Amino acid sequence: MFRILKGDYGGQILIAIVIAACALVPYLNLYVPASSPFHLSTFTVTLLGKYLTYALLALSVDLVWGYLGILSLGHGAFFALGGYAMGMYLMRQIGDRGVYGNPELPDFMVFLNWDALPWFWQGFDMFWFAMLMVLFVPGLLAYVFGYLAFRSRVTGVYLSIITQALTYALLLAFFRNEMGFGGNNGLTDFKDILGFNLQSDATRIGLFIASGIALILGYLSCRAIVASRLGRVAMAVRDSEDRVRFIGYRVDKVKLAIFTFSAVLAGVAGALYVPQVGIINPGEFSPLNSIELVIWVAVGGRGTLYGAALGAIVVNYAKTYLTGALPEVWLFALGSLFVLVTLYLPQGIVGLMRRRQKEIGHETA
Amino acid sequence: MKQLDTLREIMRPDEVFPFVHSQKGLEPITDRGVILSLEGVNKSFDGFKAINDLNMAIDAGELRCIIGPNGAGKTTMMDIITGKTVPDTGRVRFGQTMNLLGMSEPEIAQAGIGRKFQKPTVFECLTVAENLELAMHGDKSVWATFRATLSGEQQDHLDKVLTTIGLQEGAKGQAGSLSHGQKQWLEIGMLLMQRPHVLLVDEPAAGMTHQEMDKTTELLNALAGDHTVVVVEHDMDFVRSIARRVTVLHQGHVLAEGTMDDVQQDQRVIEVYLGE
Amino acid sequence: MAGVGFFHHCGVSMQRTRFAIQHWVWMLLLSLTMSFSAATHADDSTLQAGIQNLLAKGFSQKIEGVNQIVESGDPRAEQILQALLDKQLFSVKADNTLVFYDKKTDEAQAKQVLTGEPVAVASAKDLSRIRTNNRMRGQIKQLLASIQLMNPDDAMRLAAVKAMVGNVSPDQVDSIRTLAEKEANPDIKKEMQTLVQLAELKSDDADVVKAAIAGLAGNLNQQVRPTLQALTESDDASIAAAATQTLVEIDNKVTWYGHLETLFFGLSLGSVLVLAAIGLAITFGVMGVINMAHGELIMLGAYTTYTIQTYVLPNFPGVSLIVSIPAAFVVSGLVGVLIEKTVIRHLYGRPLETLLATFGISLILQQAVRTIFSPLNRSVETPEWMSGSIQINEVLSLTLNRLYVIAFCLVVFALLFMVLKKTSLGLQVRAVSQNRGMARAMGVKASRVDAMTFGLGAGIAGVAGVALSQLTNVGPNLGQSYIIDSFMVVVFGGVGNLWGTLIAGFSLGIANKFLEPWAGAVLAKILVLVFIILFIQKHPRGLFPQKGRAADN
Repeated sequence: MFRILKGDYGGQILIAIVIAACALVPYLNLYVPASSPFHLSTFTVTLLGKYLTYALLALSVDLVWGYLGILSLGHGAFFALGGYAMGMYLMRQIGDRGVYGNPELPDFMVFLNWDALPWFWQGFDMFWFAMLMVLFVPGLLAYVFGYLAFRSRVTGVYLSIITQALTYALLLAFFRNEMGFGGNNGLTDFKDILGFNLQSDATRIGLFIASGIALILGYLSCRAIVASRLGRVAMAVRDSEDRVRFIGYRVDKVKLAIFTFSAVLAGVAGALYVPQVGIINPGEFSPLNSIELVIWVAVGGRGTLYGAALGAIVVNYAKTYLTGALPEVWLFALGSLFVLVTLYLPQGIVGLMRRRQKEIGHETA
Repeated sequence: MKQLDTLREIMRPDEVFPFVHSQKGLEPITDRGVILSLEGVNKSFDGFKAINDLNMAIDAGELRCIIGPNGAGKTTMMDIITGKTVPDTGRVRFGQTMNLLGMSEPEIAQAGIGRKFQKPTVFECLTVAENLELAMHGDKSVWATFRATLSGEQQDHLDKVLTTIGLQEGAKGQAGSLSHGQKQWLEIGMLLMQRPHVLLVDEPAAGMTHQEMDKTTELLNALAGDHTVVVVEHDMDFVRSIARRVTVLHQGHVLAEGTMDDVQQDQRVIEVYLGE
Repeated sequence: MAGVGFFHHCGVSMQRTRFAIQHWVWMLLLSLTMSFSAATHADDSTLQAGIQNLLAKGFSQKIEGVNQIVESGDPRAEQILQALLDKQLFSVKADNTLVFYDKKTDEAQAKQVLTGEPVAVASAKDLSRIRTNNRMRGQIKQLLASIQLMNPDDAMRLAAVKAMVGNVSPDQVDSIRTLAEKEANPDIKKEMQTLVQLAELKSDDADVVKAAIAGLAGNLNQQVRPTLQALTESDDASIAAAATQTLVEIDNKVTWYGHLETLFFGLSLGSVLVLAAIGLAITFGVMGVINMAHGELIMLGAYTTYTIQTYVLPNFPGVSLIVSIPAAFVVSGLVGVLIEKTVIRHLYGRPLETLLATFGISLILQQAVRTIFSPLNRSVETPEWMSGSIQINEVLSLTLNRLYVIAFCLVVFALLFMVLKKTSLGLQVRAVSQNRGMARAMGVKASRVDAMTFGLGAGIAGVAGVALSQLTNVGPNLGQSYIIDSFMVVVFGGVGNLWGTLIAGFSLGIANKFLEPWAGAVLAKILVLVFIILFIQKHPRGLFPQKGRAADN
């Protein structure tokens, strides 16, 4: 672990902060009395947990965009698929506590007059199986999609556009009731996870810590890739794909491996997101979501990993604040963010800080 | 028809699981004699015949210069050999047996044909040493690349190449900050790391100062013998200084072949270069 | 009391009616061959007699009266019968004159039937309605239809024929057949023949039925299929076989027209796609710029239409629509030039960054429209000349607004093509797109050409918005719903190829509409998207790739 983080000060700070948060947040929520100004409400804990899953999602985007040069406008799809896999498990956990009290079928299936569980819902009552699917489904989609796309050398904006079409197609598909994923309303009304009540403070804390651990592990694994020779090949692919081919690397396989891994990470983020927000619906597939998370990475600074995590948290904090305080302004702000960052801040906040550091370095020298 | 080919590809008995194959099948071809041959190659773009019945054979260990006016098909020929462009008809063989047509660029590179581009393309975001490391001969599968570390022997080889190309000083510096000539050498260095049997070098002298050109001459001359070197070049002085054998291309076809003096006295070559 | 007598009466009156109608038809045909007006005045006495009979108590006499009124050939006959049918024909108790009177609307005034002069009505009790019975009403209906069949106006005649479908009495068959023979308008003639043939299907004579079945081959009249369907279960095996065969033929024809209709829907959807995509084909294809705000430029065009129609020319939907076309071009074009000058200019050669920046602009434009107009959808009025449809036959009708969209799309495409091929701007655009450096060296101001090109693409997006405002609601999300489709069309057609865009748009539109019947609208769209995704992976350069060495780099 320490070898991987050698020289990566940003990463060290990020991990230190996440570890500290995982220790501090439970204490402030559970043991500091509600009257104290230091008390953290469960609402805030959930919000922070959500930010952590967003940070993990941003990492997965940065891995393919910042290092491999693939601007995926469909990563939200992998996130949503992971979320749906988790949502299906949580749905099955409701059992006969639903509105219709059917022990076998989720409410929306009873509502649609289905008499049996569809085949693709089988097994989701088992936690281990659902978790396997969280990894497997986004991974498989990324693998099949990537296999076709990279082998025929679809690159650049073409790739971006078809990834967007991919998530759009999934959006339309999941809106259909016939798909068997709850249609428009998605999956919601979850009761508990692994037997723990989802509404309880302790479960929320547990999910927060799980998100923190997932972020740390995700960061370390991304970092392991980036710091290896494979990471350098990836950067070489980003800068000059043809040249990499002529020195004997199978560019399509390099891309496929990293793209698939990234999709799996996004799926994990989605799986942790769903129990915390309590709902997953087709809206998560919307192209706007996917492109928005690209801007998190751009704001933080792409090609740095920790910058992506930072960007996700900063932009989402701003979103939470603005959509609450000045809802009219939010889209103006987000739109301007896109324009200003691409025009004036191509390296994001991290790039800005590095430049500042250099200037200070020059002044003191 | 296409589906049938795909099916055949999938059903190939010798490649059921490509990932279990070792890369060892691509060990050096040590036979002397013809190492690279093109037979009856044709390629047209949108009706324009870039390569027209091209026949050429290059012996192992040779240093061959290929010259010709603009549009003679030099770069297209390189593209065909390295798998970037697929010819309409004809055969391209490496050694006695290996058919290069139908192989992808990485496969051809792994088989032992290295290429240096006209415009120097090094990986600017990586250091000089990292550039060389990436090019190093060895297992280039995804997993192996992820696990790769430099062995002592490999480090020695790397240092040796750094010395050869004269860049041991700035090995830790970013390749993007090298001068034009240094980038050219770094690229040649990357070729050396690949340990290719054949080096294809596209206009190595372009944009170089005289001093740099002399050094490049020296480098290429040193390489021939151990390696087979094919140089495409415009600059006649440079060609004269390195070439033992020269092939003149014109309109995608071999116009003349021989020593520099022979070629320069060839009436057709004079016409092509000087006009009527 | 009257039970037995009534039925007896009826039997007699039936025979008399039949005779009367035949007589009447003969007369009318005569009067047609001569002059219509001459006959009118000649028979005024018949009319008078008929009216007198109508005032009588007995139904048989009334029927006699009705027949006489028809026989008179008087133009007022139709009105009188209609009023009788609508229970608006009364007699004034005082002097037994016949008047038109509508209880609901005419408070104190009736109108004399013969002269049309107003008659003051003090109380409704002063009037007594001319009563009818069911049998009589049936006959009046038939007679009315027959009168209408003689109407000199083609449209009226056609409507009369259509109204008669399915309720032709055996009495009328011969007269209609005679009318059909004389009919000059081929469409009406055919309809009349259909009437006759449909009636003949009910005949007891197997040969007549078979002849009628043969005559109905390929007939698309709505009534034909159910009638034939009933005959396929006829006891007479040969009739059943003939009916089945003809039915199959007709069904095939209906299916064929169904396909034609789907094709038409597909073409109109395709036109929308082409209109939406063609501006993008310029900015993306010619300049290599990914403009994610393209959809919002379309939206601006639609809002321009809305604004002009609502605030500038509120009472002239047609004129305002035509004015909107250049206005939308200018508005979207100027916004496009502004975007190019402030943002895109700084991002040439960095397509992914351009994509993100223009996406930001699209968000800003959307929110701007929400703030200025409201987040709700607005609807734009469709001018009269664009609503309605062209009826090709019974099963195929083409709606005018779709036809206009197809035509509009082709006109815009042709104009754009001319601009690119024939004008100096077009030449410069093509030069810059092929070799920026060389074009600049030849004295082309590349930056100005870029701005113009982008403005052109944006302007066309605006024009597409005008067309879209006629088909969907105008709202802030209008653009978003078209952007992905537009990109798909351009990429599928092959970037940098206008013809490719046209063909791709039409073929995707048609494919979508043909998939819809068996897959449903959403699944059809998903299938098309998945198809394109797979297609691009097989042919990354689209249907019509740019060829040559240049395309390799």
